[in-house]
Amino acid sequence: MTMAAENGDLRLVSLTKRFGIFTAVDDLSLTIPQGGFFALLGASGCGKTTTLRMVAGLEEPTSGKVQLGGRDISRLRPYKRPVNTVFQSYALFPHLDVFENVAFGLRRRGIGDIRAQVERMLALVQLEGYGKRRPAQLSGGQQQRVALARALINHPQVLLLDEPLGALDLKLRRQMQIELKRIQTEVGLTFVHVTHDQEEAMTMADTVAVMNAGRIEQLGAPAEIYEFPSTPFVANFLGQSNLLAGQVAGRSGDDILVSAYGSRFSVPAARCRAVDGDVYLGVRPEKLHLAPDSDSVPAGHQWVTGVVSDSSYVGVSTQYLVRTPWGTEVSAFASNAGVLAQVPLGAHVVAYWRPDHAFLLGREAGAGDATQPLLEPVP
Amino acid sequence: MKLGRWLSDHWVMGAGVLVLAYLFLPIAVVVGLSFNEPSSRLSYDFNEFTLDNWTNPCGPGDMCDAVVRSVQIGFLATVVATALGTLMAFALVRHRFRGRGATNLLIFLPMATPEVVMGSSLLALFVAGGVPLGFWTVVIAHVMFCVSFVVVTVKARLSGLDGRLEEAAMDLYASELQTFRKVTLPLVFPGIVAAALLAFSLSFDDFIITNFNSGTTVTFPMYVWGAAQRGIPPQVNVIGTAMFLIALLLVLSTSVRRRRAA
Amino acid sequence: MSVLAHLPAETPAQQTRRGHSRLLPYLLLLPGGLWLTVFFAVPAVQLAATSLYDPSGSLQEGYAMTWEFGNYADALSAYWPHFVRSLVYAGIATLLCLLLGYPLAYAIAQKATRFKNLMLVCVIAPFFTSFLVRTLAWKTILSDNGFVVGLLRDVGILGSDGRLLATSVAVVLGLTYNFLPFMVLPLYASLDRLDGRLLEAANDLYASPVRAFAKVTLPLSMPGVVAGTLLTFIPAAGDYINAELLGTPNQYMIGNVIDSAFLVRLDYPQAAALSFILMAIILAMVFVYVRRAGTDEVL
Repeated sequence: MTMAAENGDLRLVSLTKRFGIFTAVDDLSLTIPQGGFFALLGASGCGKTTTLRMVAGLEEPTSGKVQLGGRDISRLRPYKRPVNTVFQSYALFPHLDVFENVAFGLRRRGIGDIRAQVERMLALVQLEGYGKRRPAQLSGGQQQRVALARALINHPQVLLLDEPLGALDLKLRRQMQIELKRIQTEVGLTFVHVTHDQEEAMTMADTVAVMNAGRIEQLGAPAEIYEFPSTPFVANFLGQSNLLAGQVAGRSGDDILVSAYGSRFSVPAARCRAVDGDVYLGVRPEKLHLAPDSDSVPAGHQWVTGVVSDSSYVGVSTQYLVRTPWGTEVSAFASNAGVLAQVPLGAHVVAYWRPDHAFLLGREAGAGDATQPLLEPVP
Repeated sequence: MKLGRWLSDHWVMGAGVLVLAYLFLPIAVVVGLSFNEPSSRLSYDFNEFTLDNWTNPCGPGDMCDAVVRSVQIGFLATVVATALGTLMAFALVRHRFRGRGATNLLIFLPMATPEVVMGSSLLALFVAGGVPLGFWTVVIAHVMFCVSFVVVTVKARLSGLDGRLEEAAMDLYASELQTFRKVTLPLVFPGIVAAALLAFSLSFDDFIITNFNSGTTVTFPMYVWGAAQRGIPPQVNVIGTAMFLIALLLVLSTSVRRRRAA
Repeated sequence: MSVLAHLPAETPAQQTRRGHSRLLPYLLLLPGGLWLTVFFAVPAVQLAATSLYDPSGSLQEGYAMTWEFGNYADALSAYWPHFVRSLVYAGIATLLCLLLGYPLAYAIAQKATRFKNLMLVCVIAPFFTSFLVRTLAWKTILSDNGFVVGLLRDVGILGSDGRLLATSVAVVLGLTYNFLPFMVLPLYASLDRLDGRLLEAANDLYASPVRAFAKVTLPLSMPGVVAGTLLTFIPAAGDYINAELLGTPNQYMIGNVIDSAFLVRLDYPQAAALSFILMAIILAMVFVYVRRAGTDEVL
């Protein structure tokens, strides 16, 4: 307890929020270390925004606690919490100019001599000289930066960002991602960022929690989650995966043996989330390579055969769909590092991978292959 | 060909401008007659140009008294109706409570009831209660029929208000009271001003309900009504023109201020 | 957050206020609600009672409550032409308001761009000159030796001794004029919300301008049409100033009858019965109309 009180970690303890019969957030527990950049990633309605609102004090938890530095803040009014929010579509005060928007929090806390502080904050977000403008006279990117300045100027212990870049176009979004990351490193406070954009979460956060139906499916560093997802949902929400339905057929040393569609595959035990029963054998598309026939497959690799059913050239890579003999389509991304000949449609190919690039996940009995994008129903 | 194209693009605007002209036709007549030296008391036709009506607006005996009384009644009714209606609008938009449907009905019905019915039934109440008719019964009646219009106007503005702005204020250390004073009220204010203007114009203009409940008190519309039987003094048109100009200035200045605020 | 969007989201302000006091909404409603109850609802109930009093009483001697439903029958049989005339005049005036008001509201909402505010002000401004002064101005415009009648006589629409003043035409014209803004403003409000791209989409999907209007614009502006017709029809049906100033006793509407029953003939039970019949007819029409138009967003 004293340990927790000394640092400024944000802890959510069995946090639950129900709206009527709908459970938005379901017994959520996690610890966000002080100074971290934490992303809550999930689809619409997964409970990520509700979680954020409970931290901000805008929603009262049905049960559970929000602790900041060991202090329970779950029953405090929003204005009593050392937490500030950058709202989705910003919620800038339309009747106040930029200066007054940024100064709002300082004025409410009765802090005098705010001019210098506000000017400094506007400089930090590169909006010097914009103080007299109204929010309606600013572009989306500028409004976003005002919203950020308005929250940051209060030096909160935790800054909450609710889809802050959702309203911006792609190029501006990339720019702001870098900007936000720079500011976070500069000011060194805890950022909790809610987004449905997996790329945004991975670029910016040092810890990502993937949420689904009010619960956290997996939590970890972006690379960790991407390379070794723990559930089929995560495997296909964060990037995409080829998941082949199979059964564990035994163990051979450090490897788990899997049989699927009449073939035998192996996966190192360290990369297995499940070691018996029904499983998914997962391989990321960029780790799947194509060869004209099985003789060209390098030693130590495993493979499936198929026919190229679709290819899309996207510049940095070409994305192929390969139809397996059992009817599923697996995707393979071939990097366009050299000026290579494209594999034509209808070509018979072999798709191969290194066993230690694969991973094994538990599978509900009866569930078929899960590959993205699923163009045709699996027979 | 080009003309046909132009017409098909602009006929709606043309029709709109024609309707506006129709709206302004009697105003032009009122302005014109305010410079008229009528040939006889009962004549409504333009006779001879004069500035006398404008230099001596209070010429006809009690007219200016009636105008002043109407302004007083309008002011009092506006203040009370705007206060009551704004409170009700806040309750309806910001709170869930039992009896909401009944409240909405109570607000809707006065707008759906013909003025003769409201005026006469209120008269019956005052007579039965032994309340002497006069200035204050008129104020009471005006507040009654203005409240609903205030509620509707403020409600529209309030429900268009983005709730996240208030959340943002609370997130930025504003207590409930400060949030209301610094964010909610300034943002709803244009709606309250619009409601007050509407209430004043309804009150200033009302004849039917006033006629039932005024006793011997004479408001401007009642003066005009009485004069219409005996012959209208041209100064009535001076007051009409002046009201029009004042309203025009007020509306324009608030809309300019609102545009600056937006 | 599509799922959450449909849940009854409460602002924190609501939460605390609820936490602090469940009474607050009632406190906010109390003054206004009390005012409306005492000065609108109670008199209405009292009026209902008055309409059933024995008509042989008088104000001085007092009335006896005899549940005299005959008052209604008497009122209807004596004044049914006035009821019919009121509804017909108000109906025609409302229709004219719709025909005049729709193009104007559409022009302001969709075509006016930077002149929008100016045009809106132009709709409202004429109505600050007094109702009676305006109506008297129409008396000048429509007078027998005025320009309008002269023109109509010259082109032969009116006979050489034809008149406008003191006819049904004048009364309907006055009603139309006086209640036009009540039509234009709600129409404007709903047309202003109409996304212009919807019409482009309709045109893109092979709808002619007429069909695009019938299938897209009109249905989407229905709440405005409903609110506008109600706000025009209700006061027009109860009005008596236009009939008094622009018409003759032959054009008298039910408002004139109620007014004189209350203030001249002092026949309170009959006046109350007439008021109640008028109110009942209007409310019945409002409910049927709102039901048929399929919108509950009257207000």
